[in-house]
Amino acid sequence: MNDSKALASRRRFLKTAAGGAAAAAGVLHAPFIIAQPAKIKVGLMLPYTGTYAALGTAITNAFKLYIAEKGGKLAGRELEYVVLDDESDPAKGVDNASRIVNRDKVDVLVGTVHSGVQAGMVKVSRESGVLSIIPNAGFGAATGALCAPNIFRTSFSNWQTIHALGKVMMEKGHKTCAWITHKYAAGQEMFEGFKEGYEKVGGRIVKDLWLPFPNVEFQALLTEIAAAKPSATACFFAGGGAVKFVKDYDAAGLKKNIPLYGNGFLTDGTLQAQGASAQGILTTLHYADSLNVPKDREFRLNYAKAYKLQPDVYAVQGYDAAQLLDIGLKAVKGDMKNTKGMIKAMEGVTIDSPRGKWKMSKAHNPIQDSYLRQVVGEQNKFVGVAWKALEDPARGCKMG
Amino acid sequence: MERQPRALQVLLAIGLVALAAFPLVGEKFYLQFITKLMIMGIFAMSLDLLVGHTGLVSLGHALFFGVAAYALMLLTPEYQAAGFWTSLGVSLGVAALAALIVGFFVLRTTGIYFIMVTLAFGQMTYFYVHDSSHLGGSDGKYIYVRPVLEIAGWSPFDLERPAHFYYVALAMMVFVYLMLRVLLASPFGRVISGIKENEHRMRMLGFATFRYKLVCFVLAGTLAGLAGWLAAAHDGLVNPEMLSWHQSGQLLMMVILGGMGTPSGPILGAAALKVLELVFQGWTKHWQLLLGGFIVLSVLLLPRGLAQLFESKRRD
Amino acid sequence: MDTAIFFIQVLNSVQYGLLLFLVASGLTLIFGIMGIINLAHGSFYMIGAYLAFSLTGLIGDFWLALAAGVVVAVLIGLALEWLVIRFLYDRDHLYQVLLTYGLILIFEECRSLLWGDDVHGVPVPPALDFSIPLTENLSYQVFRVAMSAICLALAAGMYWLIQKTRLGMMIRAGSVNREMVQSLGINIGLLYRVVFALGVALAAFAGMLGSPVSSVFPGMGNQVLIVSFVVVVIGGIGSVKGALVAALAIGFADTFGKVLLPQIAGMVVYLLMAAILLWRPQGIFGKA
Repeated sequence: MNDSKALASRRRFLKTAAGGAAAAAGVLHAPFIIAQPAKIKVGLMLPYTGTYAALGTAITNAFKLYIAEKGGKLAGRELEYVVLDDESDPAKGVDNASRIVNRDKVDVLVGTVHSGVQAGMVKVSRESGVLSIIPNAGFGAATGALCAPNIFRTSFSNWQTIHALGKVMMEKGHKTCAWITHKYAAGQEMFEGFKEGYEKVGGRIVKDLWLPFPNVEFQALLTEIAAAKPSATACFFAGGGAVKFVKDYDAAGLKKNIPLYGNGFLTDGTLQAQGASAQGILTTLHYADSLNVPKDREFRLNYAKAYKLQPDVYAVQGYDAAQLLDIGLKAVKGDMKNTKGMIKAMEGVTIDSPRGKWKMSKAHNPIQDSYLRQVVGEQNKFVGVAWKALEDPARGCKMG
Repeated sequence: MERQPRALQVLLAIGLVALAAFPLVGEKFYLQFITKLMIMGIFAMSLDLLVGHTGLVSLGHALFFGVAAYALMLLTPEYQAAGFWTSLGVSLGVAALAALIVGFFVLRTTGIYFIMVTLAFGQMTYFYVHDSSHLGGSDGKYIYVRPVLEIAGWSPFDLERPAHFYYVALAMMVFVYLMLRVLLASPFGRVISGIKENEHRMRMLGFATFRYKLVCFVLAGTLAGLAGWLAAAHDGLVNPEMLSWHQSGQLLMMVILGGMGTPSGPILGAAALKVLELVFQGWTKHWQLLLGGFIVLSVLLLPRGLAQLFESKRRD
Repeated sequence: MDTAIFFIQVLNSVQYGLLLFLVASGLTLIFGIMGIINLAHGSFYMIGAYLAFSLTGLIGDFWLALAAGVVVAVLIGLALEWLVIRFLYDRDHLYQVLLTYGLILIFEECRSLLWGDDVHGVPVPPALDFSIPLTENLSYQVFRVAMSAICLALAAGMYWLIQKTRLGMMIRAGSVNREMVQSLGINIGLLYRVVFALGVALAAFAGMLGSPVSSVFPGMGNQVLIVSFVVVVIGGIGSVKGALVAALAIGFADTFGKVLLPQIAGMVVYLLMAAILLWRPQGIFGKA
């Protein structure tokens, strides 16, 4: 290397380094503005890219809808959002949650959809004590073995979504059934919830089938179901997998001889894509179309007006997350620092939800009706209440 | 030891001083963020030993990262701490053993076939962990208490404190960096770069190339295990995604982006991807568009990776 | 497992295998012949499926939409080759890996911006939307039979194109020695552009043809990416015949793995790949 070149390269390096340092300083130390009175910082850590992006968007929309209905303020205080895309990547769960809690210093953490990511968030919530509201992930331990005073859920536990299904199937005369789902933790929890409910009323699962996650080549297992000749099939699938499963099940000719049942994720947000294949399928869930609930009619109207979209169960859960926060804040007159007071107000509260009224359990999970719904056209029509005030057993939770 | 360009030496010195001083001013999140960057830096250096220095492109490197992390989880009793040295030793041992077994098979193939066989072993382990409920299945499992180092009742540092963990990670990163520099400058290092250039020739010269490659593979696997142990202790939980091909793939991207076969390229690549992610996410919901664009442009404009920015033109 | 069920599972295996071949065929071309490791292959598959969704809605006929979609895909392929890929031919393979990884991120976001994040379905063409009964409660959709037939025709067509035509001859020569082909007065740049566009079109075609069965959803490309590479590598890089055999082998392994070894069903494909490559390190039909 000759000298002039060395000099040039050093100059170039110094420039780069200086630029880099300046940029880093700008990024790392964003100015901390203190407004009067300070806004409440809401952290929305949800999936905005990838498979669950639509769910993250629905939850965010409905959360903001509630705030807008209240004139942009809760208990007299304005809100500001810190939005973070969690990519549904569990490998980054702790890092992302820590970022929104420790860097952005949010007052309340709302999220998320994916259970694996939720495990990381619960970890950070428990360590930091930040008030947390889960608007979807059904990961049982969040309000079970890992339950904590500062963690609330406005959605469901996996167990809860499918426990009533066994009773429904028995009432329809299906004494035996086959079970099929993806092989992962949520699938396992759903299986246990279903099995418990179904066997209690005398049903027998003749075959349980598990598909490697996220494989959607169902043909081999559909053939197994046909060979086992059960009276019905119960399943848990969601999103793209649910669309393909319902279509494949129908195309294989199984639907007319061996009726298909599942929890509501099988047919929620997927009906346009499933078309005729989904018609008539019965599912259980804590929300339905054409529910005779005034709050629901109002919610749907407002949501459709604001976003030119029909809301879904995920939106309802996001809306209730905002309602819950409102109740907590009102109780302490907007003093976010009084976490204890907020928690006290949020515990045992009854939420007037679009899904119907529900009560917060001791483990901080909704005690809610499980509805039986049937697919008619592009709707999951309300048929009846499959289980009144169903409460998650919250196994391992020592709270309350 | 091969001399590095002066600019890079200066940068490294400044970087090291800045890193060492950072905990005096940085707040908790940035301490944790940079700790994680340094852990990824160790992980990336371990892969670069294979990719950049030996010419073995592995797409299953997360396997070793993951097994060490899971080893720590299994070694940590619920609500109690595992011993620092025992858990570290066992985790590294497990990673090394895994690398020895996998290496014994995969090193029979070369090129793209090597990439795919390493992928196969990685994915098999991933599915095993993902589908095993006693390991926590797809939700993973918590490590409630971080490992503790205690010598007759005295503990020099407390991993529960971010600044302490930071210095432990920094020390490990510097150790790995120096160790690799010494190793690569040694006769052993010259043999493996010979293997990278032309394995056939090295074999003709009488070197048992398979053994050299196996040693490299085991060493890289062990260092990946070190990163995995640190990551698990830091996050306090393990998840099967730690072993997935996405993790291996992202790591490979860090190494290529930073500059393969350059001493500090892997650290640079790891830091660049993580920091860009942080910055772009602050700007827009569609941040992956920006990240993708950055990657494409960097490939087109910087043929030897980001490390090129700090290099002289001497190599041309 | 009784005989009837066994034969149905064989049928399932073959059908899945042929579908895999279709998805991997474009990759065989780009990877095997141009030597480009194209991670964005799955993205082209996804783009195809979304094109089928939009165009079927717009045009009203699935087959016409398919034809239109192929044209769009070819244009995308030509543009992409001209914009970025042509700078990669002389570079280390790993830079191709990095660049095409960047493309995945870009395409996924473009998909989100253009089509949103919802799940969509494409209706089965009405003429083929009926089933043949197999057993008392199981039947087989005719559209799936048609898909298999198209996959087989495509395999034959590719074999013919590469082995028997002048274009195929140039492609084969180009994959062995770029400089030599160029010195013979053949425009190698143009040749590669055509091959790349063809590969993109094949991936998109697979996405389109499969869309009535697979449904259309975010991230769908990533699901086929790895298995496509598995097919190409097991078969031996650059061998169309090998890719077909490998795709069928994986079809069987996956189907029977799920039925007979449910505990390790996720691993079976990788187990097969590891075993084959340790037995034949160059793939089944690869040249040493």
